[in-house]
Amino acid sequence: MADNVIEVRGLLKLYGAQRAVNAIDLDIRRGEIFGLLGPNGAGKTTTILMLLGLTETSGGTVNVLGFDPVRQPLEVKRRVGYLPDAVGFYDHLTARENLVYTARLLDIPRRQIDGRILEALKSVKLDDVIDKRVSTFSRGMRQRLGIAEIVMKQAEVAILDEPTSGLDPHATFELLEMIRGLKKSGVAVLLSSHLLDRVQSVCDRVALFNKGNVALMGTVVELANQVLGAGHPLQVEASGVDVAATLNGIVGVQTVRQESDGSWRIVADRDVRAAVAQRIVSAGGALTRLADLQPSLEEVYTRYFQEARHAA
Amino acid sequence: MPRSREGSPFTGLGPVFLKEFADHLSSARMMVLMLFVIVFGAFPVATSLQTLRTVVDPNSFIFLRIFTLESEQVGISFTAALNFIIPLMAIGLGFDAVNSEFNRRTLSRVLSQPIYRDALLLGKFLGGLATLAVALVALWLIVLGAGLLLLGVPPRGVEVARGLSFLVVAIAYGGVWLAIAMLFSVIFRSTATSALCALGVWLFFFILWPLLAGALLVGLAPSEIRSMDDYAAVQSMGLGLMRLSPGTLFSEAVLGLLSPETRTLGPMLPSQMRGAIMGAPLPFDQSVLLIWPQVTGLIAGMIVVFAAAYVIFQREEVRA
Ligand SMILES: Nc1ncnc2c1ncn2[C@@H]1O[C@H](COP(=O)(O)OP(=O)(O)OP(=O)(O)O)[C@@H](O)[C@H]1O
Ligand SMILES: [Mg+2]
Repeated sequence: MADNVIEVRGLLKLYGAQRAVNAIDLDIRRGEIFGLLGPNGAGKTTTILMLLGLTETSGGTVNVLGFDPVRQPLEVKRRVGYLPDAVGFYDHLTARENLVYTARLLDIPRRQIDGRILEALKSVKLDDVIDKRVSTFSRGMRQRLGIAEIVMKQAEVAILDEPTSGLDPHATFELLEMIRGLKKSGVAVLLSSHLLDRVQSVCDRVALFNKGNVALMGTVVELANQVLGAGHPLQVEASGVDVAATLNGIVGVQTVRQESDGSWRIVADRDVRAAVAQRIVSAGGALTRLADLQPSLEEVYTRYFQEARHAA
Repeated sequence: MPRSREGSPFTGLGPVFLKEFADHLSSARMMVLMLFVIVFGAFPVATSLQTLRTVVDPNSFIFLRIFTLESEQVGISFTAALNFIIPLMAIGLGFDAVNSEFNRRTLSRVLSQPIYRDALLLGKFLGGLATLAVALVALWLIVLGAGLLLLGVPPRGVEVARGLSFLVVAIAYGGVWLAIAMLFSVIFRSTATSALCALGVWLFFFILWPLLAGALLVGLAPSEIRSMDDYAAVQSMGLGLMRLSPGTLFSEAVLGLLSPETRTLGPMLPSQMRGAIMGAPLPFDQSVLLIWPQVTGLIAGMIVVFAAAYVIFQREEVRA
């Protein structure tokens, strides 16, 4: 337990006969950013709601910071911040008034309320609109206000459901920066998202959801090894040589495939960049690009679901 | 359902109550409702004051008659006007209590704070009830003030006591309708649908129920009435049916409180007549005893409807 802020064992949710969440196990470690990924209807939101005790579980156990959300929801909700999918605020109230209401619900001592609100709004760069009505806020500002609420709450765990959905690239970038900020201040973050490349950039570990099951779990590199196979993919761009023939015989190279005119994709079981460069140059070719391809979550995701569909 | 959950169900009740109360008081809707009440209440009061200025008997309960006098010009007393306006106010305050939180997508955020659904629902109910109480007290004071100015005599102590009891009954009556409106706000996600349903219940009790009760009575009553007892039985059955409507309970309670000469509500039995001098007012405590069943009926109705809303709300999914 010491290092896990959330422990889920055999968590089950039935909607009639449908298994929305099918006996999953999850561990979220202290101080990490954990991503829940999966297609629509995979069960991400349902899982999140069960972690907070906002919907009943049909089986299994959950432990959040040492508390059981089913029996001790108040203790859990006092320590966990939640940003729901498409968060809403009271439009007729200002940003400050909205947070004051939350602060009262949290029973924050009156003397601290003002300071904590101001500080929280500063951390999400909303302090200049503190007394503006939320009805004038854009989607991105509301989302940031939701983060400010979590900051004000001084939550130990932040659970964010689709925090970047509906945001433009710049707003997404800013929001992800704020999520990194949460992590920096020691908060463990659990987020669900569709924006894979963005998720990849912030998440320490991810879990791939499919039809209520956790299909894969681990770091992005681990998942890539599992789904795409182990190995270092390289991209080579060169002219004046037949790359495939030149590279023949380098120890470790597994496949060489021409992707387009002058561009090859190489998979090796170790780092062969130096050897590849040397061969091409000594064969008289002009090497214009030699890149170590980071495994992309997008690729893992697409490939995984392709295979899942084939298997079905 | 929560299995042996920990922590008080009332955690967070105070903040919810205060927020709801403040929201109501500052809302445009409240202005409209108050305007409504003043317009509908002003005419009966003004005309009864006109009539009462000519009455000089200091022993009559002249202040109470401001509330109950049915003047010829308007044809409706102040309390009768309240009988159907209070439900409208309560519906206006409660019809979107819960579903608006869904629609604004604030519900899951609020419920992710350390608070049970119990406190949210009860806080909203009490906030609405307090708003209603403020409106009714204001109205009551206005009427009393107008009476003081125009009649030139202060109310007697017993009149004030009866008037205050009337206020309490009126608030309880509003509570029943507030609970009904909130029940629909829990059942329906659309605020328009829930408003429509609450208004439907209101229309049902005020227009359809008297007719329906009459028809039911014809069906249920014995075909022949042979004795006084038979007659009394049919009478009380009819009354029982009518008393299922909160409006009936309210008007009976008002009658008992504001017309002190009322000895019984409903058909009078010969045994009750014995020794009663018609026209002699009952002492205040006797009147309160008389209307006690009506008041408990109103409060019980309020609790039953609120409990129904509570049970449904507990089972509802929070996700929008
Ligand atoms: N109230 C409900 N009644 C019945 N089924 C439900 C209910 N809520 C959700 N479901 C079902 O549970 C499954 C999981 O839904 P959930 O919202 O958890 O998915 P999700 O991963 O969050 O999807 P999205 O990416 O679209 O948000 C879906 O198949 C959905 O149809
Ligand atoms: Mg979802």
